[in-house]
Amino acid sequence: MTHTRRSRIAIVIALAAAAVAGCKGKESAPAPTKETAKPPGELTVFAASSLREAFLDLEQAFSAAHPDVQITFNFAGTQELRAQIEHGAAVDVFAAADSKHMKELATAGAVVDPVVFARNEPVVVVARDRAAALTAFADLPKAARIVIGVPDVPIGRYTDQILGNAGSKLGAAVKAAIEAKIVSRELNVRQVLAKVSLGEADAGIVYRTDAVTAADKVAVVAIPPEINVVAEYPIAVLKAAPNTALAHAWLALVLSAAGQELLTKRGFLPAAAVAAAGGTQQTP
Amino acid sequence: MTRPRPRWPRAAWSIALVATGGALLVFLVLPLLGLVSATRGDDFVAGLRHPLVWPALRLSLFTTTVSLAAVVALGTPLAWLLARGRSRALRVVETLVHLPVVIPPAVAGVAMLLAFGRRGLLGALYPDGWSVVFTTAAVILAEVFVSAPFYVLAAVSAFRRLDERYLVVARTLGASPARVFARVALPLAAPALVSGAAMSWARSLGEFGATLMFAGNLTGRTQTLPLAIYTAFESDMRAAQALSLVLVVVAFGLLLVVRAGAARGPEAAR
Repeated sequence: MTHTRRSRIAIVIALAAAAVAGCKGKESAPAPTKETAKPPGELTVFAASSLREAFLDLEQAFSAAHPDVQITFNFAGTQELRAQIEHGAAVDVFAAADSKHMKELATAGAVVDPVVFARNEPVVVVARDRAAALTAFADLPKAARIVIGVPDVPIGRYTDQILGNAGSKLGAAVKAAIEAKIVSRELNVRQVLAKVSLGEADAGIVYRTDAVTAADKVAVVAIPPEINVVAEYPIAVLKAAPNTALAHAWLALVLSAAGQELLTKRGFLPAAAVAAAGGTQQTP
Repeated sequence: MTRPRPRWPRAAWSIALVATGGALLVFLVLPLLGLVSATRGDDFVAGLRHPLVWPALRLSLFTTTVSLAAVVALGTPLAWLLARGRSRALRVVETLVHLPVVIPPAVAGVAMLLAFGRRGLLGALYPDGWSVVFTTAAVILAEVFVSAPFYVLAAVSAFRRLDERYLVVARTLGASPARVFARVALPLAAPALVSGAAMSWARSLGEFGATLMFAGNLTGRTQTLPLAIYTAFESDMRAAQALSLVLVVVAFGLLLVVRAGAARGPEAAR
């Protein structure tokens, strides 16, 4: 009893930290530096918050091949990163959770030839004590309290599209019944996950990559492909990149078989498996 | 040359004061100027028409009014106890009352979830399927938690500054302790209490982190002005700026009114 409570507190604090980090977003995690030798190169990567774990995995692979390169990450919301880039942040690589912001940067000439390197699929997460009652997307009306993302952030926009699809595929009554149970529209996806992990909400919609990080706290229910939408993650080298060569090396790693495998391990769908995912093509 | 500038040190002192104090003043005012200069008039009007504005403003005014009433009603007796009591335990209590000031608001939100959440300390007392989390009441609880210390601490120091002789004289004239409190102590401390209440109110108006964690974000129910601003920032920077300006103007205006009222009291608020 005390043990479960203590571990729950630890998890809550970790989730809160993640949520606050996702929300404040200014955090950058400099790679461990070699004390003496001046690194022959520095690589600055701006990446959407949801890429944190996967990119830290990739960093290890990258450092194995480029031991003297110092990598600096800035993980934050895609919109926030875009604003920082537009205000002149010195960045080599930008990886976004959303094609819209990347396209607009490409149109403005700030990035060169973005490519989709991963896909992320929204899923329903269910609080453990409600997992028996909620085993399918169509069970959502039975939930007492549902939290989803605010429409202004990508996960909220996808959720609205999913609910729209549910309305046309399962009937307007199902959609209305689900919407009646929404008690909060959280400002980022980690907040949605935190509320479900804590059991405050019965269910929420998050990316599969987020659900993977809380596998012991929530049950995952897949959304039927005919209803679901799949988020595309584009990556690009900045036109003004201080270190173009290293930036391309990072891109190559991310798109390589090894890189794609690391991404898959963290819950992403590989870039090539569009048809396999079966979801509605999504280009917001 | 032999009588070296007797006035120079004083001038230097004034210049040093103005230079250092002015530097801080400029630093404090500059972000506000940025906000004002970045918001054009029509942006401001468009910002006011943003669908998030009015529900959020109404909710913010309602919840901060209720939380302020709760803070004053419950905080004044506590402050009186803390100010008059001599027990060492009360010093510990006073430190406890300080704590919410130094706790980061997001941590406060998590702590409130662990206390008042469905699986929290009081969760077992809730009727089936109900929880205070995600309700307007949760917004008020979060605001009381973060803002009460500002009022209580101001009230404690106001009560401590009271001239003991007035209270003693009132007692020797036969007034009960309750009457001394209500008819002597409260009126004498009123300006400082009002000023403390204003600070407390301003803190709850700006409350963001604990509300987000503990109450969620739903338009009209738990989305206060700061949450609406952050929500708008995700999609529409100009609306966020306009909303921020609304918040600053509302807060500045109300603080001004309250401080003017306090200054007219029998003893200038400090």
